[in-house]
Amino acid sequence: MATDAITLPETQETVGAKRPLVDRFHEWITTVDHKQLGVMYILYALAFLLVGGVEATIMRIQLSAPHKDFVSPQVFNRMFTMHGTTMIFFVAMPLVFGLANYLVPLMIGARDMAFPRLNAFSFWLSAFGGILLYFSLVGANGLYGAGNAPDVGWFAYAPLTSHTFSVGHSTDFWTLSLLVSGFGSIGTAINIIVTILCLRCPGMKLGKMPLFVWLNLVMAGLVILAVSPLSAAQIMLSIDRYLGGHFFDTQAGGSAVIWMHFFWIFGHPEVYVLVIPAFAVASEVIPVFSRKAIFGYPVMVAATVAIAFVGMSVWAHHMFTVGMSSNANAFFVLSTMAVAVPTGIKIFNWLATMWGGKIDFKPPMLFCAGFLFQFLLAGLTGIMLSAAPFDWQLGNSYFVVAHFHYVIVGGILFCLFAAFYYWYPKATGRMCNELLGKLHFWLFFIGFHLTFDFMHVPGLLGMPRRIYTYEPGRGWDTWNLIVGIGVVFQAAGVLVFAANLIWSYFSGKIAGNDPWDAWTLEWTTSSPPPAYNFAVIPSVKSRRPLWDLKHPEDPDWKYE
Amino acid sequence: MSAATVTIHEPELQWRASARGRLGMYCLIAAEAAIFTIFVVAYLFYMGKSHSGPTPQQVLHVPILFTICLLSSSLTIHLAVRSLRKSKTGAFARWWFLTLFLGTTFLAGTVVEWRHLIYDEGLTIQTNLFGTTYYSLVGLHAFHVLMGLLALGIVWLFAMFGRVKREHAERVDTLALYWHFVDTVWVVVFLVVYVIGR
Repeated sequence: MATDAITLPETQETVGAKRPLVDRFHEWITTVDHKQLGVMYILYALAFLLVGGVEATIMRIQLSAPHKDFVSPQVFNRMFTMHGTTMIFFVAMPLVFGLANYLVPLMIGARDMAFPRLNAFSFWLSAFGGILLYFSLVGANGLYGAGNAPDVGWFAYAPLTSHTFSVGHSTDFWTLSLLVSGFGSIGTAINIIVTILCLRCPGMKLGKMPLFVWLNLVMAGLVILAVSPLSAAQIMLSIDRYLGGHFFDTQAGGSAVIWMHFFWIFGHPEVYVLVIPAFAVASEVIPVFSRKAIFGYPVMVAATVAIAFVGMSVWAHHMFTVGMSSNANAFFVLSTMAVAVPTGIKIFNWLATMWGGKIDFKPPMLFCAGFLFQFLLAGLTGIMLSAAPFDWQLGNSYFVVAHFHYVIVGGILFCLFAAFYYWYPKATGRMCNELLGKLHFWLFFIGFHLTFDFMHVPGLLGMPRRIYTYEPGRGWDTWNLIVGIGVVFQAAGVLVFAANLIWSYFSGKIAGNDPWDAWTLEWTTSSPPPAYNFAVIPSVKSRRPLWDLKHPEDPDWKYE
Repeated sequence: MSAATVTIHEPELQWRASARGRLGMYCLIAAEAAIFTIFVVAYLFYMGKSHSGPTPQQVLHVPILFTICLLSSSLTIHLAVRSLRKSKTGAFARWWFLTLFLGTTFLAGTVVEWRHLIYDEGLTIQTNLFGTTYYSLVGLHAFHVLMGLLALGIVWLFAMFGRVKREHAERVDTLALYWHFVDTVWVVVFLVVYVIGR
């Protein structure tokens, strides 16, 4: 089987190299192959990562000292809106979908996703969504006929989105962009679920799937339940703005609070949509680099399902400061705290996997170790904020901003970087440079902690989020400067990362099929895998089919 | 890897191939149900909160006839698929056409109702909260009926040219699943708008 898979793609590659550029371009545009679509998702997300990073940098320069006028207040509003929207919808989501697209069929021994054309359609919807958002910079007429970007914040609370406060079309671009990319997300989620449930190779029962596949199944289910309400809310907002409806129009009896509910019914599960795939990466990388099977596989699955289930009923903890009834407050406090239980179980399981293992701190493992440590801290500030009285004090402050960046950057992004280093050899056939990888880790690690550890402090000292400048002498100055300095390290880390990706693509060490001595099915194919993935559909007997192949004397299926 | 293992799982694989479309449709229905849920919640939340008339009590009439049309189309589409499974393509085309007819009648009923509301009662989507939520919820459903009718119409055209055969029964059944969903949503919308909200 392995030999078939190796010989054919090489002939294909030599043919591909000779074809004219237009042909190859045409192939990428019209492809329905899950691997090419996965790569396109990821490249698209990386481009937006740079854009979103520049927006963050502009904000940090503006806030690095009191009374700076690097950008105007209007531009600052646009920056935080575009930064949030871009990072969530056009960086994190496509990265997650790209990984799932590329890896799920390979891991379950399938030749493609269940609906390849739906897959391509969903990708292009998401891609056009991102383009639509940024087209607002030139296409949305502002007050004086100049283009402007959305400036209503990434959760776009009513009545900011009404015509009175959002003149011109920038908010419409925001709405339509999220609606379009939301439909793309739902399409991909459907595809992932059907692929996992219908296309597994013989022998791969649900209990034998790699954890990566299990967690992506849960993620896709959450996308269906969470992104749909967002789409509904965006349709309502469009009705308000285009047809003169009154859903969120308080003058006519509409409610601004119901927008908050609708948005956060999406917004909180969205956190789990992003973090569960990060868990998925950690659950693959940590065992391989600890040379041990994952500890507590069934419990890991159960904990993930529990997180998703409980995570559907915690949304109003974003709204403690709005003023809800004490019963509602109590419910959302308790449900939010309950999420910590399955999450804690997962952290202990990863630690138990590492315990007594032969840990090899290659770049993927470094990033996963950073993730474990940082995600724990992010969870702890999450529990602090879940207590309503504490949230009344610190809601809407930089403490909250520091908390969720700890989750999204320290948790999710670190795992996604790990995924890059881990699967890059599979996708390109070449290893990432290890030294540059470690440099990337340390630069980003230092930058991350400088920025987001110290960002908690101005929050505790009462600095609200989304202010474009502040008075000197409130004790915020030094902290904001340190936060800004951290950005320099993070930016340097990302540049090293980008350089590494490009350099390794041309001159990295040839990887071979299985550079990490790993155990899941994607490592049985050539690197990069052929268009059909598997010449012969494999059949598996345990959760680590490659371990069984490599160790016929002591296979896993004897114990599972 | 061994041939023996593959043969054991062969029958299971065949079952999977047919389930793909159905499962995809179930997932789509789950997503659509979530969208409708938000609209229904908004309708219930804004019930009686309009600052000005007209109110549902003043202007809404229960569309019993059209509701019967839509709900009975679920039965006819079921009979159509059953005929196709038995290779009775003639009966399939007749039941299918009846489904199309009943669905179109329902949509025509919505057109008549909206015309009455807009021209005789002066209720538009801009009038008050009732108008906003009513036209949004009923309109969202009507949009799904319209999409279903387009799909049904395409299948009917194929049937007219004799292109729908027994081997297409599974695919046609997947479309029927969507149609049943649209009918089920109408039961909810009917209850919310014409029973609870009136």
